[in-house]
Amino acid sequence: MNTPINIKVKVNGKEYKRAVEPRLLLSDFLRHDLELTGTHVGCEHGMCGACTVIMDGVSVRSCLIFAVQADGHEIETADGLGTEDALHPLQQAFMEEHALQCGFCTPGFLMTIIPFLRENPNPTDEEIRTAIDGNLCRCTGYENIVKAVKKASVKMAGKAK
Amino acid sequence: MNNAHPGLPEFDYIKPATLAEASQFLVQHENESRPFMGGTDIIVRMRDGFWKDKYLVEVKHLEGMTSIHFDPVKGLTIGAATSMNNVAAHPDIQRYYPLLAEAANSVASYQLRNRATVVGNICNASPAGDTTGASMVLGGVLSVHGAGGLRTEPLTTFFLGPGKTVLKPGDIVTAITFPIPPKGWAGKYIKLGRNALSDLSIVGVTVLGYPDAATKSGYRFHIVLASVAPVPFVAAAAEAVLAEKTISDDVLDAAAAAAMDGCKPIDDVRSSARYRKLMVRNLTRKALDEVWTKIK
Ligand SMILES: Cc1cc2nc3c(=O)[nH]c(=O)nc-3n(C[C@H](O)[C@H](O)[C@H](O)COP(=O)(O)OP(=O)(O)OC[C@H]3O[C@@H](n4cnc5c(N)ncnc54)[C@H](O)[C@@H]3O)c2cc1C
Ligand code: FES
Ligand code: FES
Repeated sequence: MNTPINIKVKVNGKEYKRAVEPRLLLSDFLRHDLELTGTHVGCEHGMCGACTVIMDGVSVRSCLIFAVQADGHEIETADGLGTEDALHPLQQAFMEEHALQCGFCTPGFLMTIIPFLRENPNPTDEEIRTAIDGNLCRCTGYENIVKAVKKASVKMAGKAK
Repeated sequence: MNNAHPGLPEFDYIKPATLAEASQFLVQHENESRPFMGGTDIIVRMRDGFWKDKYLVEVKHLEGMTSIHFDPVKGLTIGAATSMNNVAAHPDIQRYYPLLAEAANSVASYQLRNRATVVGNICNASPAGDTTGASMVLGGVLSVHGAGGLRTEPLTTFFLGPGKTVLKPGDIVTAITFPIPPKGWAGKYIKLGRNALSDLSIVGVTVLGYPDAATKSGYRFHIVLASVAPVPFVAAAAEAVLAEKTISDDVLDAAAAAAMDGCKPIDDVRSSARYRKLMVRNLTRKALDEVWTKIK
């Protein structure tokens, strides 16, 4: 039992090959095996959204997926967004609008919003609220997050995302 | 290789090449293996120590498991591994089976619905399952691949108790099919939960109604209630009232009361039985009103 499985996963454009235990969660694989700590882990029960990553273009909970299931798939995490000197427009907007305090929930919000804006580059406030209704934030009260998404959408409009 | 989460039990991940291989493996490992779909129930149950399967058998990649097909004569076929978001966003489903899209959209969050499946929701056989009612009133039938080959299982006789169904070891649901809905129909799903994000229903009411010359009232209704019995509950007494008496506000009231009187919910962490009963009456009345306004 517990037979390790060889997997090949593309994360933020880079290919990784690893042997993993079947019970290893994708969230733990990213954080511990690949040392990509941009993905945060909160409830580990699929409820809070902190662990959200993008898998083949859609947002998913990485605490509800085993790493073996990511074999042959493409993952995007917050680590692959901007750098400190060149933030992604969405990160920049989060900073400017004070859309975070402790920042624990932030990577999950970012990775939820990015595919949302790819599909809906010009969202209304209502659509933004619906899009983020699977992410919990204990600090901000959400208002500034909605403002940041709005701001980023305006900035990103026209540019390829 | 390191750092598996200590909270999760050890198991082997099996990825069979064919349905036959998958069924055979599940038969050979009866009571220690299960089909693995979105995993949104399985991973949580394993993490919490309730399920200790030695093998999870991947089935999502198998032939036909993620296709959706609509035929204007035969109806709708949804591959079992289709995510709830893909069900809810499909143009034919939005157009011809909007009740199913509405029910799928009531489940948890967008990210969860990218993994969770309607068929997994049904096979998990929770009386609170949000997509079960819509699947039942729309006449859903499961295609099942088992040790003895292919067969079909109608949802009307599928559920035996919480987490219990007629499925046997080796059985894999490959698709759910729906007939063309009756002419002039309308449907409604009302979910009462503590919050929309991640909560199972306190009560769920699914109503479908349509004109039917074979009944005394000229209309037929199907009503399925969630979270009020060990299995999804068909409110037969209420359905009978609506088939027999010329429909008026009083008859809708009487049907809602019959739905309340017919169900026997329990007290649990989500709600008291008494509250559930009252909500069954109020929400059934509300759903009936909405459906009736559209079909009369
Ligand atoms: C945070 C959170 C919130 C949730 N909120 C809701 C909610 O609001 N409403 C709701 O109804 N549910 C909710 N759920 C429960 C869950 O998401 C659903 O029941 C989901 O639809 C299950 O589908 P799945 O594909 O993930 O199934 P899995 O977890 O893969 O499987 C569930 C069970 O069904 C069996 N099974 C699955 N597919 C097959 C098949 N093809 N053949 C035979 N057996 C099969 C499995 O072996 C297993 O026993 C929630 C879960 C979480 C973690
Ligand atoms: S850590 Fe995955 S949803 Fe909370
Ligand atoms: S910023 Fe602290 S939880 Fe959201």
